[in-house]
Amino acid sequence: MSMLCETLKEDFLALAPLALVDTDYKAKGYQLDITVAPAQVVEAATIMNRRGYTLEAVTGVDWLASAGPKPAKKAAPAEGEEEPVEAPGAPVAEQMEVVYDYTNTGQELCRVVVRCRIPRANPELPTVSGVFSGANWHERETHDFFGIRFLGHPDLSPLLLPEDADFHPLLKDFRV
Amino acid sequence: MNEPDCNPNQETFVINLGPQHPATHGVLRVKLTMDGEYIVHAEPVLGYIHRMHEKMGENRTWAQFLPNTARLDYLGALSYNHGYVQVVERAAGIEVPERAEYIRVITVELNRIASHLLWYGAFVLDLGGFTPLLYAFDDREHVLDLLESVTGARLTFCYFRFGGVYNDIDEPFITGTRAFIKRLRSRLPDYHNLVTKNIIMIKRLKEVGPISAEMCRRYGATGPVLRGSGVCYDVRKNEPYSVYPELDFDIPVYSECDSMARYMVRMDEIDQCLRIIEQALDKLPDGPVMAEKAPKIIKPPVGDYYGAVEAARGTFGIRVVSDGTNTPYRMKLRSPTFSNLSLFGEASRGMLLADALALMGSLDLVIPEIDR
Amino acid sequence: MMELLEMEPLRLLIFLGGLIAFAALNAAYLVWLERKVAAHIQCRIGPKEVGPFGLLQPLVDGIKLMSKQLLVPNGVDPYLFKVAPLLVLVPAVMSFVVIPFGENLAARNIDLGLLMIFAFASVNVLGLLLGGWGSGNKYAVISAARAVSQNVAYEIPMLITVISLVMVTHTMNLNEIVKQQEGMFWNWYIFRLTASPLMPVAFLIFFICSLAETNRAPFDLGEAESELIAGYHTEYSGMGFGVFFMGEYANMVIGASLATVLFLGGWQSPFGIGSGWWWFLLKVYALIFCVMWVRWTYPRTTLWGLLNLSWKVLIPISLFNLLLTGATIKVVSYLFGA
Repeated sequence: MSMLCETLKEDFLALAPLALVDTDYKAKGYQLDITVAPAQVVEAATIMNRRGYTLEAVTGVDWLASAGPKPAKKAAPAEGEEEPVEAPGAPVAEQMEVVYDYTNTGQELCRVVVRCRIPRANPELPTVSGVFSGANWHERETHDFFGIRFLGHPDLSPLLLPEDADFHPLLKDFRV
Repeated sequence: MNEPDCNPNQETFVINLGPQHPATHGVLRVKLTMDGEYIVHAEPVLGYIHRMHEKMGENRTWAQFLPNTARLDYLGALSYNHGYVQVVERAAGIEVPERAEYIRVITVELNRIASHLLWYGAFVLDLGGFTPLLYAFDDREHVLDLLESVTGARLTFCYFRFGGVYNDIDEPFITGTRAFIKRLRSRLPDYHNLVTKNIIMIKRLKEVGPISAEMCRRYGATGPVLRGSGVCYDVRKNEPYSVYPELDFDIPVYSECDSMARYMVRMDEIDQCLRIIEQALDKLPDGPVMAEKAPKIIKPPVGDYYGAVEAARGTFGIRVVSDGTNTPYRMKLRSPTFSNLSLFGEASRGMLLADALALMGSLDLVIPEIDR
Repeated sequence: MMELLEMEPLRLLIFLGGLIAFAALNAAYLVWLERKVAAHIQCRIGPKEVGPFGLLQPLVDGIKLMSKQLLVPNGVDPYLFKVAPLLVLVPAVMSFVVIPFGENLAARNIDLGLLMIFAFASVNVLGLLLGGWGSGNKYAVISAARAVSQNVAYEIPMLITVISLVMVTHTMNLNEIVKQQEGMFWNWYIFRLTASPLMPVAFLIFFICSLAETNRAPFDLGEAESELIAGYHTEYSGMGFGVFFMGEYANMVIGASLATVLFLGGWQSPFGIGSGWWWFLLKVYALIFCVMWVRWTYPRTTLWGLLNLSWKVLIPISLFNLLLTGATIKVVSYLFGA
């Protein structure tokens, strides 16, 4: 674990996230997996911004009960095999997950994933486009695909979908 | 930049650049609010070639999605192949034989050269020079011939498999590649004499379209755009994958932040690609090109995985979420030009139309990759 | 035959027919030549399917253009839209009237030939402006604005250069100017360093200006396709576009002819013997080849770069040349006596 990751961990522990997991880079492709509450995403972005990080992507995952992992295998989809399944931020059915991929362009490598879970029925969370300008389009895209509303976003009109689209194709109950 | 002197009545007009326009190289549309020849506001409008690859990914098996990866960035398709197989191999824990990794690097770098050559031609075409395009295409044709002989395709490659590549390279390919390296090395000085040292070219690119490192960071721009802003960031070095750590190559970085810097980064990268291929050919080990224990049906363990590769245009990131079945639960494709283009609105403010198009050309856009 | 030519109406008819045919043929075959030149510069072959060496390609293209529908889009000003291509072509053809192709081969040998050509050349820009404006297309309007500022900017150094030349020639009669350059090639005005030490520079300025005046690369800002699609003729189809195209090439021929007449000795042979129209055509086409060569080598400048070049470089140099020419004339006449 690099110095940078340690610093970030301290930063985030001060934020009191719902979960903070060191992950095995070789197995997962990122070093830090942090789950925060919806109210904390902007603060998380501010921390990342302060540390010189860049926002690589924002996306969603739709955890619909019927489409989720088979209960026969595991009670709930977990972060990875060796991690405790019942982490407080582990996805449960009828939730949406918003994933922020952060990376830094410096020499030290520490990829950070920030997750946030919101109820599927009312998918709302604050926008981070005030911190990272690039989040603007990523959030618009996520809104297109999942119908997640980013509060305070300057313009949530469809980006990739037709301008009159009223559907969200990446929802698991969207039938092609 | 010269700011518009005065326009007391704020009289502006809107022009639609695209979706069919010679400068957008595809179906990109940019809504430009103009004050005469100055751009007041530029808003890219996307989605004209949106195909929802991410939903397709959720509806087919892991292996069936492979051809889709070539249809994002059709100019550098092998990098996308590479990114996808790499993340699935990471998820499923498949070991790739060394020879296969070397072949991957050789073909990916050849593909990168082809992509940069096409960009070079198209970029100079944007600036009104038609001839370099055909020279570049001439050389690119050689790359495509080489790649065709081993992958069977010229554009939308589907060459990599989970656990290796599907076809071993043969002697004609190796000799052909060596001949090509020699040929391109002799041609690159011509390119520089014809274009890089051209006074008009220099006037049009130097100090035009500045993109600061800070702006790149805020927008998540990567690739040559970032390296043209003085940031030495390349996934091949910063997050070494495949056999890149064993090869000796440099990351070209220019700190001028202008269109010329981005141009030079790509031109130097062609040179570095040749170095990588040369070394990889020298070091190419014997052995199988497919992992023997690679499962026929991939069922990665539950969890989510991230992988990034350096594509020709920047960081191609791919996030897959597996629910343990033979189809992905979620597949997020993070395309570099999506982020690179998102800064166009801010970067082009107050620029002249002609300069803004030089800036847009220097971003090296491939629209299907932006729209996915 | 000569008696027939003395008859004014007949002479008019013959020359009118001849000039229009010359302009049209030139336009058609310069397109072919341009395609061939471009192809060979770019390691290609160029047209080769229609006729030997693709020589019938212009004919086929012409038939295609003529058989296409003349589309007049909604929202255009129909009169301006239709009259604009003619405003580009007709002045170009008219300018041919005074061009001396050979010693006795000019439609009209008038004393103010040079002035007439410049008068007609200024109408050309009106055609571009009206075409762009009348199209009701924003790209076309931008292009029209560019064409006007470009033409205004480049007429000035061009005229100043020509004035300094006229100070040397004492005449605006083109045939007369050619006759003054008789003998070996160092008698051509481009090499007449005793008249003004800057003569080769003057020729260069004239050449650059004629590139800009005829909207040729690298100054083809009016139709910068990567910015303005096709500029002022974006909305034109069929022969409307064809006439614009013919006008462009006719203007190119005029520019090259004028450069030949003023600086390169017109129909005079470079060696003093065997002068005739063949030398004129040879020089004109050699210049046109250079124009094409430039086009397929250089990228396009920007409007700013173009205007800067004119106002900050060409105009000061040509003014200095004017001054120097005047001074040289004074000094020479003082030293050697008039």
